[in-house]
Amino acid sequence: MDDSHRKAPQFFADSSLSIWPARARFLCVVSSLLLLASTSFAQDWVRTGSGLGVEKVRLAVPDFKPLNGDPQNTALLKTFNDTFWNDLDNSGVVELVSKSFYPLQVPGQPPEVTFGVWNSPPPNAAMLAFGNLAVVGGKVTVQGWLYDVKNTASPQVLGKQYNDVATDDAARIMAHKFADEIIYRLGGGISGIAESKIFFVSDRSGHKEVWGMDYDGSNQRQLTHQGSIALSPRISPDGSRLAFSALTKSGWDILMYSTDLNRLVSFPRFGGTNLSPAWSPDGAKLALSSSRSGSSEIYVCDASGGNLQRMTTSRGPDVSPVWNRKTGAQFAFVSGRTGLPQVYTMEADGTNLQRMTDQGYAVSPSWSPNGQFLTLAWTRKYGPGEPGSSDIYLMDIASKQWVQLTHDGGRNDFPSWSPDGRHIVFQSSRSGKEEIWEMLADGSKLHQLTFTGRNSQPNWSWK
Amino acid sequence: MKRVNGKKINMKQHTLKSVATVVALSAILMLGACKKKAAPPPPPPPPPPASPTASISVSPDTIQKGQSATLTWQTSNATDVSIDGIGAVQPSGTQQVSPADSTTYHLTAKGAGGTQDATTRLTVTPPPIVEAPPPPSASEEDLFGQNVKDVYFDYDKSDIRADQNAAIQADMAFLNQHPNINFTIEGHCDNRGSTEYNLALGDQRAGAVKNALTTAGISASRIKTISYGKEKPFCMEDNEACWQQNRRGHFVYQK
Repeated sequence: MDDSHRKAPQFFADSSLSIWPARARFLCVVSSLLLLASTSFAQDWVRTGSGLGVEKVRLAVPDFKPLNGDPQNTALLKTFNDTFWNDLDNSGVVELVSKSFYPLQVPGQPPEVTFGVWNSPPPNAAMLAFGNLAVVGGKVTVQGWLYDVKNTASPQVLGKQYNDVATDDAARIMAHKFADEIIYRLGGGISGIAESKIFFVSDRSGHKEVWGMDYDGSNQRQLTHQGSIALSPRISPDGSRLAFSALTKSGWDILMYSTDLNRLVSFPRFGGTNLSPAWSPDGAKLALSSSRSGSSEIYVCDASGGNLQRMTTSRGPDVSPVWNRKTGAQFAFVSGRTGLPQVYTMEADGTNLQRMTDQGYAVSPSWSPNGQFLTLAWTRKYGPGEPGSSDIYLMDIASKQWVQLTHDGGRNDFPSWSPDGRHIVFQSSRSGKEEIWEMLADGSKLHQLTFTGRNSQPNWSWK
Repeated sequence: MKRVNGKKINMKQHTLKSVATVVALSAILMLGACKKKAAPPPPPPPPPPASPTASISVSPDTIQKGQSATLTWQTSNATDVSIDGIGAVQPSGTQQVSPADSTTYHLTAKGAGGTQDATTRLTVTPPPIVEAPPPPSASEEDLFGQNVKDVYFDYDKSDIRADQNAAIQADMAFLNQHPNINFTIEGHCDNRGSTEYNLALGDQRAGAVKNALTTAGISASRIKTISYGKEKPFCMEDNEACWQQNRRGHFVYQK
């Protein structure tokens, strides 16, 4: 909690922060005070996203309790409780009641719930999530409940039981599942993201390869073994295929990896430099950048690679297309047709070109799941003598109004939306080298997901 | 023996001269048929046997081991000419020699008038190791590396800068002289900006250099292009000098 407070951005912090450490420390102190002073200051931010204006539910989450004396319980409970807390805390949907306010005796089963202790100060919780875990004969069972503690007559909102082999992974998955159930009910019917995945590029094997991880940074694993350079992983909407761009003997080609088969599957070579694949929301088409005809242009093809069609004709480079994730009826992409790269949108048939960014260096658009917003990497002041840094911005597509989400220095690039539209994952060099970070779509609750090697170009799964 | 031989030769010469004299006299007689017959002059006395002359030279007089030199010799009044180490030779001639070590060539010319010697010396130096001719392909690659200049670009630009035309001209001159060399042009960018955009920009840079060469007559079939964007920088620091090093079209010899 303390960590996320300190990382929370300030609207008046500017890009010179990184070269003024004394001032940065000062700002940190000020920001902590502001955050302690609570929400009136937060309104100086332009807050956007779904479910805003709704008072967050105060949720108490006491640690789940062991139901028997099995020696495996302790380790699995730790994994479960940590994962479960983080999932709920990261969701941005609930306000977790600090554990220091909890009574000494916490419930592990429904009869143990004492409503008056939870629904009045100091916890003053509206909701209580509790439960237990037990390992029996190598199998682990988790029982969990969500109680509306203000409604003492009929408190149960949710009761769930999960069974699996007693492994650390199983405990983590159970925590994700139960957290998602709670977030779905308390977050206005939008599914949680605790079971979603993030794909990214890491050089920790010695080459840039595509890796995958759980949304919270756990379970990181290498997927491709190209031994050259693999970039721009993009997971298909159904999660079964991963398109990416890699340096092959013939140049930069789009390659296709099957997450079902755990190997590459065939995809045609187009010739020229082929970059930045992007899935249409129905999974039937790919947009990409290809220089097969000379300069880099946006093309669209079937998911199989057939029926390739050129969508742009401009002198400058056109790259990084992304579909309107809700309708599939428009693209956003990056073009250098007027000089420095800018973000544009156009209809899926290539008409109605709109320039979205007015200045600077604007790249890496990502379209929000609800279709209304772009997030992008933007250096608004750019050029000789301008020390502007690349930051993540949020733009309302209809009005072209924007808000800056990152302020804390470093180069920030490749934002990608979570499936619920509440989070953005991106790459940042703020820690000294490129790593993957995640935040809420209003720029708060920033935290780092990768720590080993250099990690870049995150892409969040569609569900 | 010597004398006998010398006399024999002299007699032969004498006989030839006598024959010539007779012929000449016959001609005079025939031409001057109307004139009074004159009494034939007495035969000239036989000349004393001439002593032989000999000279020998070598050109060049210094070679590296493995090279050859030309030995040239001339003799006169010699009936028996030989060179040590070569054996009997014509009275005059030339011969290519390629000795492994420094050699003194000793020519002996023997004739009725005596014997004449001549010598010349050919110095053979060991071949210098550093100047050993490398295999032809490596040499071509080295030449390529020495002569073909990279082309540098302005920030976020892919058009050929005016001050880069000299590099293009130098590249053209070399590539025209070596029409069998194929090569790759790599497009590179500095480390600012986005991975994906820089790959497209690097692609445009490589294409711009290729276009400049093909427009000037270099066959497109000799040229491959590849973009490295900001993936393989030449220089890792964050300053303009370093960034400029990274914004380039880089030529790579194709083996």
